[in-house]
Amino acid sequence: MNIVVILKQTPDTESVIRIAGDGKSVVTDGFKWVINPYDEFAVEAALKIKEKHGGKVTILSYGPQRVVEAVRTALAMGADDAVFIDEEHLESCGRIKVAQAVAAAIKEMSPDLVFCGSRAVDMDMAQRGPMVAEFLGWPHLALATSIECDGKTVSIQRSLEGGKVTQESTLPVLVTFGGSHAVWNPRYASLPGIMKAKKKPLQNKKLADLGLDAAEFTPEKAKVRVVSLELPPERKPGKIIDGGLDTEGKARELVRLLHEEAKVI
Amino acid sequence: MSKCVCVIAEYRGGNFRRVTHEVASEGRRIADALGVPLQAVAVGSGVAEKAAELGRYGVEKVFVADDPALEGYIAETHTPIVADLVQKCDPAVVIMPASVDGKDLGARLSARLLAGLVQDSTEIVVENGKIKAKKPIYAGKCYCWNEWADGEMPLISCRPNVMGCLAPDESKSAQVDKVEVTLPEARSSVKSLELDTSGRVGLSGAETIVSGGRGLKEAGNFSLLEDLAQVLDAAVGASRAAVDSGWRPHADQVGQTGKVVNPNLYIAVGISGAIQHLAGMGSSKYIVAVNKDADAPIFTKADYGIVEDLFQFMPVFVEELKKYKSSCS
Ligand SMILES: Cc1cc2nc3c(=O)[nH]c(=O)nc-3n(C[C@H](O)[C@H](O)[C@H](O)COP(=O)(O)OP(=O)(O)OC[C@H]3O[C@@H](n4cnc5c(N)ncnc54)[C@H](O)[C@@H]3O)c2cc1C
Ligand SMILES: Nc1ncnc2c1ncn2[C@@H]1O[C@H](COP(=O)(O)O)[C@@H](O)[C@H]1O
Repeated sequence: MNIVVILKQTPDTESVIRIAGDGKSVVTDGFKWVINPYDEFAVEAALKIKEKHGGKVTILSYGPQRVVEAVRTALAMGADDAVFIDEEHLESCGRIKVAQAVAAAIKEMSPDLVFCGSRAVDMDMAQRGPMVAEFLGWPHLALATSIECDGKTVSIQRSLEGGKVTQESTLPVLVTFGGSHAVWNPRYASLPGIMKAKKKPLQNKKLADLGLDAAEFTPEKAKVRVVSLELPPERKPGKIIDGGLDTEGKARELVRLLHEEAKVI
Repeated sequence: MSKCVCVIAEYRGGNFRRVTHEVASEGRRIADALGVPLQAVAVGSGVAEKAAELGRYGVEKVFVADDPALEGYIAETHTPIVADLVQKCDPAVVIMPASVDGKDLGARLSARLLAGLVQDSTEIVVENGKIKAKKPIYAGKCYCWNEWADGEMPLISCRPNVMGCLAPDESKSAQVDKVEVTLPEARSSVKSLELDTSGRVGLSGAETIVSGGRGLKEAGNFSLLEDLAQVLDAAVGASRAAVDSGWRPHADQVGQTGKVVNPNLYIAVGISGAIQHLAGMGSSKYIVAVNKDADAPIFTKADYGIVEDLFQFMPVFVEELKKYKSSCS
């Protein structure tokens, strides 16, 4: 079973977001970069399936060179090799162009399964996986919170608002991963893993290597453009209900405030 | 014919979901601003009978694909059918729900129609006949305004419970155009669809949420929050620490890698207020925090803070609320 995991490097979820001078991007100085949490879930699920069915796990990523560090971390977790689309500005060409490039890279590898996160925790697009599947002409199953694979078919569970669905597909299929840390429990890279990862093959590819015309990949092709960023309104510091009241007094005061001031009960 | 605004309806378990009414209402507003008609597309099993109802929210005409095979949403089957109906509408703008299925369909449609998509929008404006859409990024730590290149058709999914809903005008109904369905050959399918019929409020749509964290100490103590939730008709959420400890199911996790919620009232109990948690609930209208540590970061976001041991405070608070409730009835 050959599995490709599409992996993004994102700022650590601890990161504080500040808007840059251009008003359209965020200040990245001081960011700690990590694997997008949902992509870590995807790597973990891929490694589990490999452990059961054999085959290999290939990491596919793109963007600036710093991303290679996240790719190496995934190799240290146990992935076998990696393909890196070495086009620093790919992401600025618009989501459709990016998905087409990713689909082209996947076609060359003809895997049985493609895994990716349900969303990247920076831009929260929640769209790449299904878009890539559409360009591949494959089915996809989204937001898996569990996955079973018998070598021919894959079935997943996903949560809906007030419900649960089980979906199934024959291979090849693309799966996006939802759930949370408690569900997937992604493994850490071990020290020997980190040593081995340094020697695992990482192939750099340019758009031309994927049979694509680089002239078609420019920021002018982006259909959606960022106009401006804004921070949410600061919350006013609230009040601590105290005033020398005992527990009962505080509870009564809280009920009163929720009713009279906030009008939410 | 002038182009229209097209709304993609979400239909499940025999009804249009509430978010469909919200999106239709938003569509009406945009259509009026652009001076164009409002149309809709609706796909599902049995949806044809209900489609005219969308007229109550300002939809003039609905293109419908109705087939028993369309009972549960599956991307591979629904995408080409919805895409065909959207093309029949020939829209200037397409808006749809940013629900679980809606976001999935939106992404796939974006690739199929080669339309630029903005997911999970919280605000749409029309300026000089052009659309701009705002969406949260970094789980709500920041917001991003987007526009479309000239000649591009905006495709926008709208976050539920944010944009408001028109009061339905029962006297109106939409014209229904039932379209012949050609089911695509598909390798994927829905095996089972279990809808929760208990009537319990889900986190995503809840007006009030009571969440517990590591301070609860063990799974059983969540009964303190269940009691409160019962009185307030609230949903129960949790921090990652509580979920990781196995005290609550993962679907209850609120935060950057859980659900992003925006209730009227969010009560955080025994939760410190880590940045990832705040990202998920920071846009709640009112926040109450109960924590024994006066320095817990949650208090910097809380409208009302209670510095007390939760085991002492919560039972008393529930009693006071019950007294208040019975004085109301
Ligand atoms: C990649 C990543 C993603 C994450 N995503 C999320 C996410 O989606 N959601 C999320 O919540 N977290 C997330 N986290 C985890 C986050 O950083 C915190 O660890 C977590 O939110 C802490 O949960 P907590 O507040 O319940 O626990 P703690 O931080 O341990 O806080 C417990 C609080 O309870 C109080 N307390 C203890 N006993 C009592 C008592 N008897 N009475 C009153 N108060 C008491 C304490 O004073 C303390 O403030 C993520 C972390 C990472 C690295
Ligand atoms: N720049 C990127 N590099 C690699 N993978 C990406 C990138 N952007 C998105 N992805 C993949 O697509 C998933 C969904 O991301 P998004 O649709 O951008 O929210 C992520 O979890 C990744 O698996």
